[in-house]
Amino acid sequence: MLSYAVRRLLGAIPTVFVIITISFFMMRLAPGGPFNLERPLPANILRNLNAVYNLDKPLLMQFFIYLQNLVHGNFGPSMVYRDLSVAEIIGSGLPVSIQFGGAALLLALVVGACFGSYAALKQNSMSDYSVMIVAMVGITIPNFVMAPLMQLVFGVELDWLPVGGWGEGALANKVMPVIALALPQVAVVARLTRGSLIEVLRANHVRTARAKGLPERIVLWRHSLRAALLPVVSYLGPAAAALLTGSVVVETIFGVPGVGRFFVQGALNRDYTLVMGTVVLIASFIVLFNLLVDLAYGFLDPKVRYD
Amino acid sequence: MTVAAAAREAKPNGGSPPVLEVSNLVTRFATPEGEVCAVNDVSFAVAEGEAVGIVGESGSGKSQIFMSVMGLLASNGTASGSVRYRGAELLGLPTRLLNKIRGARMSMIFQDPMTSLNPYLKVSKQMTEVLVYHQKMGEAEALRRAVDMLDLVRIPEARRRIGMYPHEFSGGMRQRVMIAMALLCQPDLLIADEPTTALDVTVQAQIIDLLRDIKAELNTAIIMITHDLGVIAGISDRVLVMYAGRIVERGGVVDIFHDPQHPYTEGLLNSMPRIDSALVEDELISIPGQPPNLQSLPGGCSFEPRCRYRIDRCTLEAPELREIAGGRAKACHREALTPQAAVRA
Repeated sequence: MLSYAVRRLLGAIPTVFVIITISFFMMRLAPGGPFNLERPLPANILRNLNAVYNLDKPLLMQFFIYLQNLVHGNFGPSMVYRDLSVAEIIGSGLPVSIQFGGAALLLALVVGACFGSYAALKQNSMSDYSVMIVAMVGITIPNFVMAPLMQLVFGVELDWLPVGGWGEGALANKVMPVIALALPQVAVVARLTRGSLIEVLRANHVRTARAKGLPERIVLWRHSLRAALLPVVSYLGPAAAALLTGSVVVETIFGVPGVGRFFVQGALNRDYTLVMGTVVLIASFIVLFNLLVDLAYGFLDPKVRYD
Repeated sequence: MTVAAAAREAKPNGGSPPVLEVSNLVTRFATPEGEVCAVNDVSFAVAEGEAVGIVGESGSGKSQIFMSVMGLLASNGTASGSVRYRGAELLGLPTRLLNKIRGARMSMIFQDPMTSLNPYLKVSKQMTEVLVYHQKMGEAEALRRAVDMLDLVRIPEARRRIGMYPHEFSGGMRQRVMIAMALLCQPDLLIADEPTTALDVTVQAQIIDLLRDIKAELNTAIIMITHDLGVIAGISDRVLVMYAGRIVERGGVVDIFHDPQHPYTEGLLNSMPRIDSALVEDELISIPGQPPNLQSLPGGCSFEPRCRYRIDRCTLEAPELREIAGGRAKACHREALTPQAAVRA
């Protein structure tokens, strides 16, 4: 299994390389640059800045310089946050995003799986329909509507939780952003779990378990849930990569100092190195989590073999 | 057939109640197109250590009888009538109480051994859980018993193979595992729902042999549900022939094979290839027409449209299952099936 993991990671290098190449040149094709400000800089200062950041060299040359630095683990300096390197920015934001995305992920899995299973067991009843309607609403209402609504209700009207801000990472400040981040995922996980559990409960091996006279509790936990959660695991892999690398909308609305915000700010500011840094980060997370999903399959499904 | 007749049939000595007694069982399914009556007023009984074959084509309701018996009907199905295990009513029993009987006193194995075992659990766990739950046995002792049982169903190297997953077994071996699992608590009754249909012919014969030995050694009553008359001949004492949700003929296995009394049984036997047939170029004789749609059964005999012995009465009145000579019963208005009696279609 270890050799499989290593092979997969090595195999991911070309993927990440292609992503980097495309992002690099696309970023440069976009009009403007990091130093195109509302009040233009004096020509000599602009020339010096371009020289410092190698922007005066041919594009292909810049690309090779960037790759060379990247291979040495150097993401370069941010072009807009002058005092900080890209690594420092990501280093400060990533732990926050991971903590926060991780909590949302866990919440999505546990709550989603519970609601989904409940709906599946009560298939076509009122409780099933209510859960699925709520889930549908959860999927369709975008974050940027749900988050301000939550702020309005729980922060302003009821005054239970702080409206926003990070407050040095106090628990009360984390509740709303985590829930806002988790809600759509809870809904997706609930729907996935319901669908696959309904299918598994009709499977022949579940009929066998019932024919063996096993109580419903064992039929559900031992004979049904594992198979039912396989599609959820496949979904959660890429979803985890997205959640852990930070959500642009939720982080911005609640003022959470994660990495998600820097991605958008970097793109708007034409902060080339910062954008490239976040692209590399997200690409690596996606590759990593897809690998983790495949490894998890090995634990969940004995038919999966790594060779 | 009356309940009393069903009971009499199964206990010639008037001793303890039959292992399984089904009376006036009706199983219905609610479908978007309307209600389907899959099992229509079926009564029969199975005595201790007896092997009963249930034969009929797909959709004749033969499996659904036992899905009703085992409480395994799909959620849109309902069963009414009476199903008694040693005199105790099972229909309408809460799952918690039914679970004391199914899997322990009465077991069932299914058609497709490829999918009937849990692919995510080792065979050992799937076997021991039965003993742990029903007999409150410890895991170690349960494992020993499970290995013994795999030995009994002739799985080589049982001790090693019990730690494997179902996909590591062949189809025939999986069906043996299913049988071993069903026998763990030494049930009085083993219901085998087309246990050989998905298997190679040579493996089929091995499984039938195994079931016959189990019946002889453990005195387990066996119900063999199949569409294959060869399988029935190999194991059953008595045969019930099903058509469109009803029993159309009942009798001893030899009688049924040599002297079918119902036109449908005759048709089934004629459509079976025979190796001892005088004429090599003999064609197989199939039963003309299609099985009826269970949603709109004809008013009279449901076999009438396909029957070559039909008379006017058949379209008007559905024949009841009635006793005939030799402890047999048939649901047909005609007395004898002679070539003269046949009418040309």
